[in-house]
Amino acid sequence: MISVKDLCKHYQVHKRPPGLKAAFRSVFHRSFTTVKAVDGITFDIRTGARVGFLGPNGAGKTTTLKVLAGLLHPTSGEVRVDGHVPRKREHAYLKKIMLVTGQKQQLLWDLPPAETFELNRAIYDVPAAEYRETVAELSELLELSDLITKPARQLSLGERMKCELAAALIHRPKVLFMDEPTIGLDVSMQAVIRGFIKRYNELRGATILLTSHYMDDVAALCPRVIVIDKGRLSYDGGLDALVRQVRPEKRVVLHLERPVSQADLAQLGKVVSHDTAEAVLQVAQEVVNATVTRALATLPVQDLTVENAPLEEVMSELFARSRAARESEPEAVPS
Amino acid sequence: MRLPPSARALPALFKVGFSEAVAYRAEFLVWMFSTTMPLIMLALWSAVARDAPVGRFGQKEFVAYFLATFIVRQLTGSWVAWEMNYEIRHGTLARRLLRPIHPMLMYAVQNLAAQPLRLVVALPMAVLWLASVGTGQLSRDPVLWMAWAAAMLGSWLVTFFSSFAIGSLSFFMESSVKIMDVWLTLFFVFSGYLIPVELFPPAVRTLGDWLPFRYQIGLPVELMTSAHDRHAALALLARQWAWVALLLLGALWLWRRGLRRFAAYGG
Repeated sequence: MISVKDLCKHYQVHKRPPGLKAAFRSVFHRSFTTVKAVDGITFDIRTGARVGFLGPNGAGKTTTLKVLAGLLHPTSGEVRVDGHVPRKREHAYLKKIMLVTGQKQQLLWDLPPAETFELNRAIYDVPAAEYRETVAELSELLELSDLITKPARQLSLGERMKCELAAALIHRPKVLFMDEPTIGLDVSMQAVIRGFIKRYNELRGATILLTSHYMDDVAALCPRVIVIDKGRLSYDGGLDALVRQVRPEKRVVLHLERPVSQADLAQLGKVVSHDTAEAVLQVAQEVVNATVTRALATLPVQDLTVENAPLEEVMSELFARSRAARESEPEAVPS
Repeated sequence: MRLPPSARALPALFKVGFSEAVAYRAEFLVWMFSTTMPLIMLALWSAVARDAPVGRFGQKEFVAYFLATFIVRQLTGSWVAWEMNYEIRHGTLARRLLRPIHPMLMYAVQNLAAQPLRLVVALPMAVLWLASVGTGQLSRDPVLWMAWAAAMLGSWLVTFFSSFAIGSLSFFMESSVKIMDVWLTLFFVFSGYLIPVELFPPAVRTLGDWLPFRYQIGLPVELMTSAHDRHAALALLARQWAWVALLLLGALWLWRRGLRRFAAYGG
C-alpha cells in the first residue's frame, strides 16, 4: 500500500543571529543552511496495517507524513501510496487518504461540525445513502449526537477532536495518516480515540500510519513501529522485537505482604524501585524463571508480575543510542 | 449527463461560504463600509464641478459615475491575496490541499458566496444611482447591457486572478502583502476608482488602456454611464477578457511553481 524509497526532504532555512545589527545586515546579505528534515528513509507498509511512526521532536515524522499526504514535494526519492505518486495530488488519490493532525483543525471554526461534514460529503462526492450511514455510525461510535450542531469554536478540545476524526472519515479513506491524534487530551478521551482508531481499522481495513509521543497510543494500536531520528531510519519492525532488542531484560514486579530489605532484593537482581509494598527488579531474560522461583521461596510475596521495560524507557534508550551514533556528523550544511 | 465532482460540490461550497460570511457579519459590514472611498470622491468632484463642468462631467454626471463605481467595487471585490498570504505563511493551506478540489475554485466560490451580503449595500445604492441618472438616460441598446454584464464578470475575474497571482507569490517570499499594496496603489490611480479615466491626460490614458486596472472598475462603470458606443465597448471588452485569460494563466503558473516550494510549516 505504501512504498517509500530513499526519501529525502531538505529545506533551505534563513539563519541570522539575534539583534538589530544582524537584522540590518540580513537586508543586504542572507545566509541559508540546508536542513535535512528527512534524509534517505526507506520502508513499505502493507494494506490494512497499523504502524507507529516514532521519533523525538524534529526527527522528520511530520515531514514524512506531509510528503505522503501530497502536501510537500520530496527533494529526492520515490514515494507511492496505493499506486499513486502523492506529490501529483490527483483527485483520485486525495479521495483515498486523509491526514489528521491533533494540533490543527479542519473543522470550520465558526460553524457547527455538521456543516463541515456536509461540505466534505459534497467535496468527496459521497453518495447520500453512504453519507447518512457513515454519519450515523460515527455518531454512535464517538457519541457525537449533541456536539455536531454547536459551533466548533464552542467545543472542548476532546469534543473537537472527536468531530475532527468524524469529519476526516466521512469519505471512508483507505489510508489514514495521523499526526499525534491524542495530543492534549485527558486519559479517558485518549482511550476513546485509540479505541475508535482501532475499530475503524478493523471495520474498514484502512492502513494507518500514526505518530505519537504517548507510548500508550503506540502500545495499544501499533504492532509494528518505524523509528526515525534526525531524518534517518533507526528501527523498523515489531514493537515486541524492539523492546527485546533495546531492553532485553525483564521487570519482575513484586507486591509484598510486608517490607523487605534492599539487600534481600539485590540478591535476586537489579533493584529498579523499592518501597514498603512493592519492589521492581530488572533481570536477564534467561533467569526470569529462576528469579521468580527464588522470590516466591524467599520473600513474603503477595502477588507477582513479569513485564517488559516501559516503552518510554525503551524509546529514550533508542534515541540516546542514535544520538551517540551520529555525534560526529554535522547537523546542517551551510550553502 | 453527470456533472464533474467539482461542479457538483459548488452548491455546498457556496452554502458554507455564505454561512461563514454571515457568521462574520459584523466584521464584514465594517469592511464594506470601509470601501466608501467613491462616495468621498463623489462629494469632492461634485464640489469641483459646482461652478463649471470638468470635461463632460457636471455635478450630476459625477454623482452617477461614483455611485456606479461604488456598486461595481462592492460586487467585484476579492480578498484572496490576503487570505492566501496568511494560509501559506501559517501552513493552513494544507487543509485546502488535502481536498480533491482545486483550491482556486474553493477560494473563488468563497469570495462569490459573500456577494449576497454585499447586495444589501449595493442594491440601495443602485436605486439611488437610478434616481440620480434617471431612467430616460439609460442606454436602450441590449448589446451594451450584455457587454456590461460581461464586463462585470470580467471585472471580478481580473480582480480575482490578479489577487490569486499575488497571493501565490507568498510561496516565493516571506509575505506578498506589500506587493498587493503596490498593486492597489496602481489600481487607485489607473482604475477610474478615484478619477474617471477619461479625465487623464492622453498619454496617461493610453498607458491605462493597456494596463489591467481600468478593466477592474472603469470599464463596467463607463458602460453603466453610457460613455461608449457599441464598437468602442466591444473593443474594450475584448481587451478586458484578454487580461482575464492572461491573468488566469499567470496565476496558475505561479501557483504550480509555488506549490513545489510549499513548506507547510505549522500546518
